[in-house]
Amino acid sequence: EKTRTSFSTKINDLVAKYRTVDEDFFEELEEILISADVGVNTVMEMIDELEMEVKRRNIKDTSQVKEVISEKLVEIYYGNDEAEEVEGLNENPDGPTVYLFVGVNGVGKTTTIGKLAHRLKSEGKKVTLAAGDTFRAGAIEQLDAWGERAGVNVIKHSAGSDPAAVIYDGIQSAKSRNADVLICDTAGRLQNKVNLMNELSKVKRVIEREIPNAPHEVLLVLDATTGQNAMSQAKTFSEATDVSGIVLTKLDGTAKGGIVLAIRKELSIPVKLVGLGEKVTDLEPFDAHAFVYGLFAD
Amino acid sequence: MAFEGLSDRLQETIKKIKGKGKVDEQDVKEMTREVRLALLEADVNFKVVKDFVKRVRERAVGQEVMESLTPGQQVIKVVKEELTDLMGGDESKIAVAKRPPTVIMMVGLQGAGKTTTTGKLANVLRKNHNRKPLLAAADVYRPAAIQQLETIGKQLTMPVHSEGTEADPVDIAKNAIEKAKEDNHDYVIVDTAGRLHVDGELMGELQRIKEAVNPDEIFLVVDAMTGQDAVNVAQSFDDQLDITGVLLTKLDGDTRGGAALSIKAVTGKPIKYAGMGEKLDQLEPFHPERMASRILGMGDMLTLIEKA
Ligand SMILES: Nc1nc2c(ncn2[C@@H]2O[C@H](COP(=O)(O)OP(=O)(O)OP(=O)(O)O)[C@@H](O)[C@H]2O)c(=O)[nH]1
Ligand SMILES: Nc1nc2c(ncn2[C@@H]2O[C@H](COP(=O)(O)OP(=O)(O)OP(=O)(O)O)[C@@H](O)[C@H]2O)c(=O)[nH]1
Ligand SMILES: [Mg+2]
Ligand SMILES: [Mg+2]
Repeated sequence: EKTRTSFSTKINDLVAKYRTVDEDFFEELEEILISADVGVNTVMEMIDELEMEVKRRNIKDTSQVKEVISEKLVEIYYGNDEAEEVEGLNENPDGPTVYLFVGVNGVGKTTTIGKLAHRLKSEGKKVTLAAGDTFRAGAIEQLDAWGERAGVNVIKHSAGSDPAAVIYDGIQSAKSRNADVLICDTAGRLQNKVNLMNELSKVKRVIEREIPNAPHEVLLVLDATTGQNAMSQAKTFSEATDVSGIVLTKLDGTAKGGIVLAIRKELSIPVKLVGLGEKVTDLEPFDAHAFVYGLFAD
Repeated sequence: MAFEGLSDRLQETIKKIKGKGKVDEQDVKEMTREVRLALLEADVNFKVVKDFVKRVRERAVGQEVMESLTPGQQVIKVVKEELTDLMGGDESKIAVAKRPPTVIMMVGLQGAGKTTTTGKLANVLRKNHNRKPLLAAADVYRPAAIQQLETIGKQLTMPVHSEGTEADPVDIAKNAIEKAKEDNHDYVIVDTAGRLHVDGELMGELQRIKEAVNPDEIFLVVDAMTGQDAVNVAQSFDDQLDITGVLLTKLDGDTRGGAALSIKAVTGKPIKYAGMGEKLDQLEPFHPERMASRILGMGDMLTLIEKA
């Protein structure tokens, strides 16, 4: 609701300032989108398309252009897909469902796992977490604390042990306890570290081997504060683990996370969840309309 | 195209205007357009880019071409000079209090790298400056934040002052300083919880810690991958706390790191060190010149000038 109103306000301000749809108008629009981290290339393409659309429909008055702008943005997100539904998380009807979390350092993987565990548990599901980050100081204790908060089981080994072995144990435990969902945490890693990316592929292979069609989601966590590097993250993590969805975290700050538009456009990876804070309940499904409106909010 | 550096972008334009006697407005316009795109792709804030491009234009237009340089080279030279100027000189110094302990406060957004950098900085102080730091665990919010710092302390065999999660961070910081005095520690590095710059309550907590312990340095820890919002974050932390410097983290990745330029431009505060990995010995003095080249994607600016 709030984002919706501020979207129209922002667009209205823009519209009020310029009577005609001219170069200045498009320049201002370009600045708004670039400052939301949408990325230069995507913005340029978008402005070009908008200019064409404005010509085609013979729009001269800026007030008419308002609709076209938000249409265009949502279209960039959904591409030619007609369906504008929020894409939910894939499930395994034969249980257990396995979700693998990946991403660079500090983006919010462990926290999101805690939140998701809480949500699934409150939906009546039996959830197990696997502490696959055996590297970072305090990572196991952190996931353990989240497990306690959510009231779910955590499988862990000691610090420094092999992450693939922890995940393997997690799978066995989930199977034997008849858990509905296993969520695997992994250590943060920068995408240009080849060894660490290989380690992640290995973890994924272990999951594939133990449960057919698993993992049912590979979720790449992206920090909304991140700029253009998020595209490189999406590309490289996809190569290593075939990412199926994005979790966009820290949208409660002032950063807009506009780069996910470019990622959706170029790599067709949808955003599935958004993080809106540090509390256990601060996780929501992604809504492209609200997101687009948010790009224009102050 | 996305990761094309300025050098690639400029080659074509440079070819076109090679051999001209004077840099005219059109040449400069074309070149600065490429400079603008390269900076935006590197995540430099668009307002900072705007000012920067304007200054470059003003300086470059109408310049007589120096004998040794082509017009293209000349514009690049101006770009480089302006950029290096903006990034500032070498600043890897850390304050020393007249009466020990010197107090350092680490602040920043969630997940930026404060806790890790607390350990790294302590390591640098001990190794390169022969100091004896005490770490203080003032993040009582993030699950297992205290255990994280304690583990880091163990890895470094360095003491950590902690009081659990029920204590007030202000008291933790104050008590850490008392303890440092008793045990002859000459530095106290206070790790604080990550927070949003717009979180009034938690920013207030940092102000109270600042008032209570009167730190000699307040370092804003910033993730090098930060996008356009870096200016808002830095400006806001600086307005509320008057930070003394910036520590850039995760520079071992493949980000261009334009946030560094944005932060420097809006706060004027020096960037002191750069985190180059997750390990506790991976902190290096910050090199403004190298950063300038990295942001522009010009591994070797001089080669470009020679080739042009
Ligand atoms: N404001 C805000 N903070 C968040 C959100 N999600 C996570 N955080 C915070 O971001 C910081 C890092 O979160 P983690 O869950 O530890 O991130 P991670 O990706 O597991 O980090 P590594 O395992 O070290 O790579 C913590 O302080 C979290 O509380 C969010 O949606 N909003
Ligand atoms: N590759 C790399 N990783 C780093 C660097 N600095 C920190 N990290 C990682 O980034 C993640 C977050 O670091 P923390 O030190 O927990 O960050 P923080 O700011 O204390 O996080 P909060 O307390 O949750 O706000 C961890 O996975 C660190 O290992 C660096 O320079 N390079
Ligand atoms: Mg984690
Ligand atoms: Mg911390």
